[in-house]
Amino acid sequence: MDAKRAKHSGLLSVIFTLVSLLWVFPIVLVVINSFKKKAYITRKPFEIPTDKMFVGLDNYFKGIERTGFFDAFWTSLFITVFSVAAIILFCSMTAWYIMRVKDAVTTAIYYLCLFAMIVPFQMVMYTLSKTANMLHLGNPVGIIVVYVGFGAGLSVFMFTGFVKSIPLEIEEAAMIDGCNPLQTYFQVVFPIMKPTCITVMILQAMWVWNDYLLPSLVLDQKKYKTIPMAVQYLKGGYGSVDMGAMMAVLVLSIIPIIIFYLACQKYIIEGVVAGAVKG
Amino acid sequence: MNTKTMRKYSPFFLAPMLISFTIGFIVPFILGIYLSFCEFTTVVDAKWVGLKNYMKIWGDASFVHSLWYTALFTIVTVLLINVLGFATALLLTKKIRGTNIFRTVFFMPNLIGGIILGYIWNLLLNGILLYVNRTLTYSGTYGFWGLVILMCWQQIGYMMIIYISGINNIPGELVEAAKIDGATSPQILRYVTIPMVMPSITVCTFLTLTNSFKLFDQNLALTAGEPSKMSEMLALNIYNTFYTRNGWEGVGQAKAVIFFILVALIAIVQTRLTRSKEVQQ
Repeated sequence: MDAKRAKHSGLLSVIFTLVSLLWVFPIVLVVINSFKKKAYITRKPFEIPTDKMFVGLDNYFKGIERTGFFDAFWTSLFITVFSVAAIILFCSMTAWYIMRVKDAVTTAIYYLCLFAMIVPFQMVMYTLSKTANMLHLGNPVGIIVVYVGFGAGLSVFMFTGFVKSIPLEIEEAAMIDGCNPLQTYFQVVFPIMKPTCITVMILQAMWVWNDYLLPSLVLDQKKYKTIPMAVQYLKGGYGSVDMGAMMAVLVLSIIPIIIFYLACQKYIIEGVVAGAVKG
Repeated sequence: MNTKTMRKYSPFFLAPMLISFTIGFIVPFILGIYLSFCEFTTVVDAKWVGLKNYMKIWGDASFVHSLWYTALFTIVTVLLINVLGFATALLLTKKIRGTNIFRTVFFMPNLIGGIILGYIWNLLLNGILLYVNRTLTYSGTYGFWGLVILMCWQQIGYMMIIYISGINNIPGELVEAAKIDGATSPQILRYVTIPMVMPSITVCTFLTLTNSFKLFDQNLALTAGEPSKMSEMLALNIYNTFYTRNGWEGVGQAKAVIFFILVALIAIVQTRLTRSKEVQQ
């Protein structure tokens, strides 16, 4: 029985190894093609670049120059870091307050957040971009306000779920010791919320970093581009796509994600599971 | 907790979130509902026209096509992703050597944005179709299956992770007891595993349903709706109505309202189902 099972599991390991290789193949293919002369990419995508096809790093130089890739990278990083930080701070504060002070206003806020979770972006796409333009939010700082506003629903909802499980005694003890609500919040409540903060951080960072439509409508495209906008720009900006530059920019866009993933894999997977259970 | 002291501090706790929420959600939402009954090219010149925009939608063949296209796409991907994700999770919880590596690999595509994914698969699928002298934009059907493959590749890993945690949460005694009672593996799967992971199944169904129905980035990058709007899904159809057809902004907004109602209906029906299953357990 055991021998049979061991053989069985060995076979499964082999099958899964093959499937895993198949799974990473699309990305490997892009990497291979990023070193190929552009004319050969569409005609011979599956061939290893040999002397005639090989162009070294030319595609990378072209891609970076045309899209302003490094600017896009910093814009993306700036927007993601500060939007997620703002979402976590402001939404957790709101969540704690509306769970501790129950009145008509806080109940209304809670239900509005629930409601906002099911509204698709297309519903507010046009009006949101016009509102943001009118308020001059079309820059990397202004867009943070938009992200907090549109991301608030899910985040407030997830934080309220956690606040329910915090025993009141802890907060009361802090109040008796003379803390005002802000001190109680930052010294007692916020540290306890760390696990939920990580979950919200992972989910929102994945959303903001990869988001294309919202920044492309809100940001002033002539001045600022995020990475997804830079990729799409390669197609939109020129009549025919320069496949070489495109491949290089795709590789450059994937590298930071893979590094981040391998470094924080444990948190990402835990965050996704926790987020799914609560959402 | 002293509610009175708390109230004094309410501006600190509520104001930043409420101000952004008003700008980022409440105002655009209300304005969006209002504008769906108006004719306009900019927000300032809106003229009330009643239900005219909504009437115009049904005469727009591209919208009706994208509605069915999206519905079919959603059904196919929800089934495929959940069945394959669940099967992978079942196998990976069976103490296979290298489970962690497989899990890492399968989950990875989720972190890559839809636009980038679209262009990655554009290269690969067009490369394969080269052998039969076709491209992804040969017909709506090619784009359809291209998108299905892309979505499976992206989402199976995500759902697998959720199913794995559901399966790992099944108490070991339960499976042991079933084995002692002489249950076969298929019986254990049918009467123990599946009922016990029901919450994960409903969560995953919900996530895949909404992800597929609202798909935009992948659609834009893979086929951009080509050829002639035949592979255009709802979200892209709405976008194109707004930004490529002059004078159709009102119709675009009315389509967006319909889209919102459909998404809300899916969400509500799905939560109801979840709740009824939870009661039974």
